[in-house]
Amino acid sequence: MFHRIYAIAKKEFRQLKRDTRMLFIVFFFPVVLLAIFGYAINFDVKHIKVAVYDQDKSDYTREYLNGLVSSEYFDIVTHIDSDDEIKRLLDEKIVQAVIVFPNDLSRRLNNNEEVKVQYLVDGVDGNTANVIVNYVNAATYSYSLKLTKEYLAVKGKEIYVPINLEPRFWFNPELESTKFLIPGLMGMILIITAVISVSLSIVREKERGTIEQINVSPLSSLELIIGKTAPYIMISLINAAIVLLAGYLLFGIVIKGDIFLLLFSTLIFLFAALGLGIFISSIADSQQVAFQAANVTSLLPSLILSGFIFPIESMPAVIQWVTNITPAKFYIVSLRAILLRGVGISAFWEQLIYLMIFGVIFISLAALVDRKAKAA
Amino acid sequence: MDIQMNSIEVKDLTKQFGSFTAVDKVSFTVKQGEIFGFLGANGAGKSTTIRMLIGILEPTSGDALVGGYSIMKQPDKVKTQIGYMSQKFSLYNDLTVEENIRFFAGVYGLTGKKYEERKKWVLKVANLEGKEKLLTNSLPGGIKQRLALGTAVIHEPKIVFLDEPTSGVDPVSRRNFWDLINDLSAGGTTVLVTTHYLDEAEFCNDIILINAGRLIAQGNAKALKTNYIKNTILEIESDRVVDSMGILEKEDWVGETSIFGNSIHIILNDNAKGEADVRDILTTKNSINVHRVDKIVPTLEDVFIHLLEKDKTNVS
Repeated sequence: MFHRIYAIAKKEFRQLKRDTRMLFIVFFFPVVLLAIFGYAINFDVKHIKVAVYDQDKSDYTREYLNGLVSSEYFDIVTHIDSDDEIKRLLDEKIVQAVIVFPNDLSRRLNNNEEVKVQYLVDGVDGNTANVIVNYVNAATYSYSLKLTKEYLAVKGKEIYVPINLEPRFWFNPELESTKFLIPGLMGMILIITAVISVSLSIVREKERGTIEQINVSPLSSLELIIGKTAPYIMISLINAAIVLLAGYLLFGIVIKGDIFLLLFSTLIFLFAALGLGIFISSIADSQQVAFQAANVTSLLPSLILSGFIFPIESMPAVIQWVTNITPAKFYIVSLRAILLRGVGISAFWEQLIYLMIFGVIFISLAALVDRKAKAA
Repeated sequence: MDIQMNSIEVKDLTKQFGSFTAVDKVSFTVKQGEIFGFLGANGAGKSTTIRMLIGILEPTSGDALVGGYSIMKQPDKVKTQIGYMSQKFSLYNDLTVEENIRFFAGVYGLTGKKYEERKKWVLKVANLEGKEKLLTNSLPGGIKQRLALGTAVIHEPKIVFLDEPTSGVDPVSRRNFWDLINDLSAGGTTVLVTTHYLDEAEFCNDIILINAGRLIAQGNAKALKTNYIKNTILEIESDRVVDSMGILEKEDWVGETSIFGNSIHIILNDNAKGEADVRDILTTKNSINVHRVDKIVPTLEDVFIHLLEKDKTNVS
């Protein structure tokens, strides 16, 4: 049995070595994805461009603005002198927000009256707009508090703030989105390379007719599947290692949990992904169809439905239910648990069981399709 | 050990795809070491029959013993007895000659000395000694075919199935390929080969002809020519071949007519008729100049056209 599996696996490696298209998918694709998602997709909102329409031009406004730009969140791009310019700046997306100080600001403050500072925020990107308003709120509150303290100090009193909020973020203290993205990215890269490579390698034999020669040999389906998938499991593990290494070197992500648990979970995930790949190869007759099917069933769901980027908890109930079609969802939960939280298997064993069920279902379906084709 | 064993015994083998019957109760036997020709038009059911015999398609009913094992009950055992080469090249074009040989040897569990010995043999029959590192893709068709056959029998199976092995190959390569088939047969291997080249059928010890899934003739080439056409066949050369055929077709005593180059073959319904009657109709009544009229031994082509025509009227 072993030498037959070995013969298949070795042949597979030799073909892969000469197949530049496949080599590209298997090795270059993950690197590109990693670079794109790691660097380009950055959900951290920083260096927001603002314009200032300061009609007061006082020490107050200067101090307020200093407070705002001392963080790295805001960059003052320009100062303007008229209402008309506000519209142009926002229309042409030169700035994301405009601050308008009224001309009676210092007079009112000196009279201990309330002042309204206007913020005009580009609301097209709702997420960013929200973040901007939150930052502004915090900055305004803190300057306001300072003014209150000064006012009370003049009256010989001290301010008393009963409850002070002190948030601490665990597992990702700086709330960096890359830390959150890397496990998802790893899941996505693994499922794409595994599903595409395995389904293509089997369908190619169907397309070229070489599968017939294997079918008439004493090789069993199990030997064929092990021999065909073993090389891709190895390659997928290498891919996983590349992503982890890049995650460490580029984004400073260290594996907090047990590395063997990580290997174990990854193998179970690959089992599920290869099951899907084998199923696709059983229904597809050409490499083109297989490639499309592999793409649609692995890339899209793992990008959109796996919780990789969009949190599953905030999806409508029906869509939440649909998310179960992608094994990446369950792997990503496990990965985040191991990589970021460093917890043991007790936190995510259900995920691994689901992955196994997923793999078994798809391999059984493939066997069923194969059986039917033979008896048809 | 003079007892002639049957390598393949097919009994009422039937395959239906939905309501379409591709193979209809076909029975035949193939003796050990013979070259068995399996003839029929495209779509007649040749490939379907072979695919059932090699265990990759399940029969709807009937059974066959291949190398002594039932294709219904022991398909896995059948696979240990056979080699198979299909009309599509079954080699990996992106592997080298040696890598292909190594792969098939590995699948059949050949190792060490045995492997070296068989590799040498395959390289020799494919005429590829010293060219082991060439990519299979770069080989000419005829050589590829011999390499495919070599790898298909690398494990020295008792029976080898060749499904239209010579389609699309030049005549010289076909000739060389048949020498190889003869060598295998001489070495005791049973060869079942499908073809639609009738000259190749002449090389076979036994032949069966199937049409629309049904077996319509069997025997060796000589028996087919004598047993299936009892009627006289005349070969006629005249000035106006097509007109002559049209005129003769209308006569009651003329059966099938067909054109062979610049002559016509007619099969007589009435063996009492002959050259005089032909000349009477063509020259006397229609003033067509007749060069010669000869009574001939039927070719396999005559036989098959006759049988297929007869079968067509039976079916409809």
